[in-house]
Amino acid sequence: MSYDIIERSEVPLTKEDFASDQMVKWCPGCGSHAILASLENVFPKIGYKRENFCVVSGIGCASRFPYYVNTFGFHGIHGRATPIATGVRVSNRHLSVWITAGDGDLMAIGGNHFIHTIRRNVDLNIMLFNNQIYGLTKGQYSPTTPFGQITKTSPYGTIEKPFAVGKLVLAAQGSFFARALDNNPKLMVDVMFEAAKHDGTSVIEILQNCVIFNDGAHKEIADRTTAADKQLILKHGEPMIFGKDRNKGIRLGAKGLEVVTIGENNITEKDILIHDVTQEDSGIHNMLVDMKLPHYPMAFGVIRAVPTPTYDELLEEQIKAAQKSSPIKCVDDLLNSGDTWEI
Amino acid sequence: MSGNDLSTFPDYPAEIRAPHNTVAGVSGYQVHIGSEIHTIGDKCDVLVAMNPASLRANLQWVNMGGTIIVDADTFVERAITKAGYESNPLEDGSLSSYNLIKAPISSAAKQVALEQGLELKEADRTKNMYALGMVAFMFDRDLQILSNQIAAKFKKKPKISETNIAVLKAGYIYAESIEAIESRYHIPTATLEKGKYRNISGNIATAWGLLAAAERSGRPLFLGSYPITPATDILIELAKHKSLNARVMQCEDEIAGICSSIGASYAGSLAVTSTSGPGLSLKSEAIGLAVMTELPLVIVDVQRGGPSTGLPTKSEQADLLQVLYGRNGSCPCIVLAATSPNDCFETAYMAAKLSMEHMTPTILMTDGYIGQGSELFRIPKVADMPSITPPIAEKNDPNYKPYRRDDKTLARKWALPGTQGLEHRVGGLEKSDILGAVSTDPNNHEKMVYYRNEKVQRVADYIPEQNVIGEESGDLLVVSWGGTKGQTYIAVKEIQKQGKKVSLAHFKYIMPLPKNTAEIFAKFKKILVCELSDGQFANYLRMVHPQFTYRKYNKIKGTPFTTIELTNAINQYLKEE
Repeated sequence: MSYDIIERSEVPLTKEDFASDQMVKWCPGCGSHAILASLENVFPKIGYKRENFCVVSGIGCASRFPYYVNTFGFHGIHGRATPIATGVRVSNRHLSVWITAGDGDLMAIGGNHFIHTIRRNVDLNIMLFNNQIYGLTKGQYSPTTPFGQITKTSPYGTIEKPFAVGKLVLAAQGSFFARALDNNPKLMVDVMFEAAKHDGTSVIEILQNCVIFNDGAHKEIADRTTAADKQLILKHGEPMIFGKDRNKGIRLGAKGLEVVTIGENNITEKDILIHDVTQEDSGIHNMLVDMKLPHYPMAFGVIRAVPTPTYDELLEEQIKAAQKSSPIKCVDDLLNSGDTWEI
Repeated sequence: MSGNDLSTFPDYPAEIRAPHNTVAGVSGYQVHIGSEIHTIGDKCDVLVAMNPASLRANLQWVNMGGTIIVDADTFVERAITKAGYESNPLEDGSLSSYNLIKAPISSAAKQVALEQGLELKEADRTKNMYALGMVAFMFDRDLQILSNQIAAKFKKKPKISETNIAVLKAGYIYAESIEAIESRYHIPTATLEKGKYRNISGNIATAWGLLAAAERSGRPLFLGSYPITPATDILIELAKHKSLNARVMQCEDEIAGICSSIGASYAGSLAVTSTSGPGLSLKSEAIGLAVMTELPLVIVDVQRGGPSTGLPTKSEQADLLQVLYGRNGSCPCIVLAATSPNDCFETAYMAAKLSMEHMTPTILMTDGYIGQGSELFRIPKVADMPSITPPIAEKNDPNYKPYRRDDKTLARKWALPGTQGLEHRVGGLEKSDILGAVSTDPNNHEKMVYYRNEKVQRVADYIPEQNVIGEESGDLLVVSWGGTKGQTYIAVKEIQKQGKKVSLAHFKYIMPLPKNTAEIFAKFKKILVCELSDGQFANYLRMVHPQFTYRKYNKIKGTPFTTIELTNAINQYLKEE
């Protein structure tokens, strides 16, 4: 368990220990402020020494993140946060590595790295800030922008289908996927903590509001007054119940998931699906990440967390086995191996 | 034949049908191709062995490092034993000194022949055409000429003729699809120093040099790479050495290869990415990131013919300007170019040493010709190699600042994640001097550009001076660099024997150039720069040392210089007033 191999702080750390001296330069009202606060809250809770955290990013508004956290940090280039973080983790398994990146960074220019990182299951925590727009370049459509949306580069509406982040993660054989909202700090801290505990590539999709270029993109889901009916907050081992009266639930019907009301048509709590994050078959998880308004609530919380061997762990095992069995213990052994002769 | 000189030597047993699969029953045919041939050549560069017995009988005639094409289908247990082998020579490592190509000759040829409608017995007889097709690809023979010859030979049997041509083409296509490269690196015979020797190819030597540097510096080796001809062997070789703690990732693309290496370097590994020209193009932006973050990184470019996909199996020296300048902004790297297969070991070691000690990326240039070619290698002791001392920052160092520099080298410190009290941020944005905060201050940017350039220039204080082969002054200085040393050396020696005042300066340290470069150039009346490109090194010299006149002698044919080409060029320029 990598959660156990990283050295912990002897003295409890606080949120303030993780605040850097840099001025935070996001727009007022940007969802990133809340995400930063959540991360600064969860790091002391995770409990590792400060020097054992490493935050890696690519390019974009979200990628300024490492400058604002007082740990080791690496601000990379566009799309490449995942391979950079992979190199860090494969070199040193005693580091807790976090990626902060936007939907453009991870889904467009970094799309290839994203799926391959997930497939390898390198032990990394990826926070994908999904605001469905390019913010730093001022308002062009992204790979998650809804079909038909008018943006600066789609003045007649986009004619591209957006990526569904969760479905992509599952298709790439992701071992962990969670969804959170930038206006629900408690949920963010909870899923970040679960991501840290999970061995492997943990992807957290955070629905984030860009106040300047895509304000209100998630409003219908995020609006606190109606959230209870539109959000299904999943918890492992608990029935999938939601609604302001806690009487709505998700049932597995003949054609997939169905929203039912407990107490109507002989439906009881027993008919409601129990959430199991560890289910290897991704069928139900796939249906959960695909749930959309208005027919369904949107699923939040940890959707999938299946124990899976990590790339860095398997590599370490191969190295240890080779060191035990190989006659080549040092480079001199290698240089003198095979066919040699004296002159 | 296609403009080449040719000599041949058939060798077959007296028995008409000697026992199959025995060493005594092996027949052979030796062909020597070249531009100027005086003998059949005592040893050969390529052996086609159609079964284990033929391999056993003829291996003695193959030059060390030569290419052996075997019909892998015939290496079954019975035939291997019958030939007198105790274990399968294709698997037991006994052919590690050769460029071994295991091809499914019998089965592939048979399949083509059967598809063409031949009977099974006749189909079996076409396999030699498959092997010929492979050799034709490797030596750029014209398939049309060969096809015409087959057609003429089997004029009365059109079906046999068509089938043989189809099999010939199949062999050619197979060799092309596996990007088979012949190994024909020749070294001047010189008196060898006493010691323990082995044979080594340039790509293996590169891999081993990097492993030696990792061990000597105490930094684990990380390689992030993507397969590309002719550099793939470095990736394959390093993947074998987990017992030496080599962490090797075959990445999803070239960019992930270098970016994972940059992450590994940040975390404290001796990080390497290996590629060829097209891959280097893809890595350009990330090289800039490594320059900006001032992290050590070795980028190996095993050059091939370009531009674009170019000539994947042929060699060229035309990546030089890309290596020196192919990035946005003012973005200097240390550049070294290995001069022969065994020199790849030392050059890779030095590339790693300079990169770590000066905290900046180093590009190591080799090429397909020396990467794939082999040469005798005097086995060194790792303890005798120069020490490597990376400037690693101490835990809780109160004076640590991300961009505080060493007074002499201008290198910043390597502060590894996980080290208490050194938390800091780096990245591709310009940073303020010393403190390392994001900065757009104009004066700061100019200062940082100066530092990054000056840091690389100061490497000249830490590399050997350039040497001259021959007299230190004279009528003409031949200048060459990188993988052509074998040929320019022989050519200059030959000219010197004729009593002419010609010397050679062969460069291995490219950026920065050795400090005494101008001093050497000043002592010759003429300078002839010989390279396998359209003159990129000559143009570079014109920029760095514009006070001299450089004559170019270029070859861009995907093949190495020949001695006669070089001696003609030297004599010609000598004669001019």
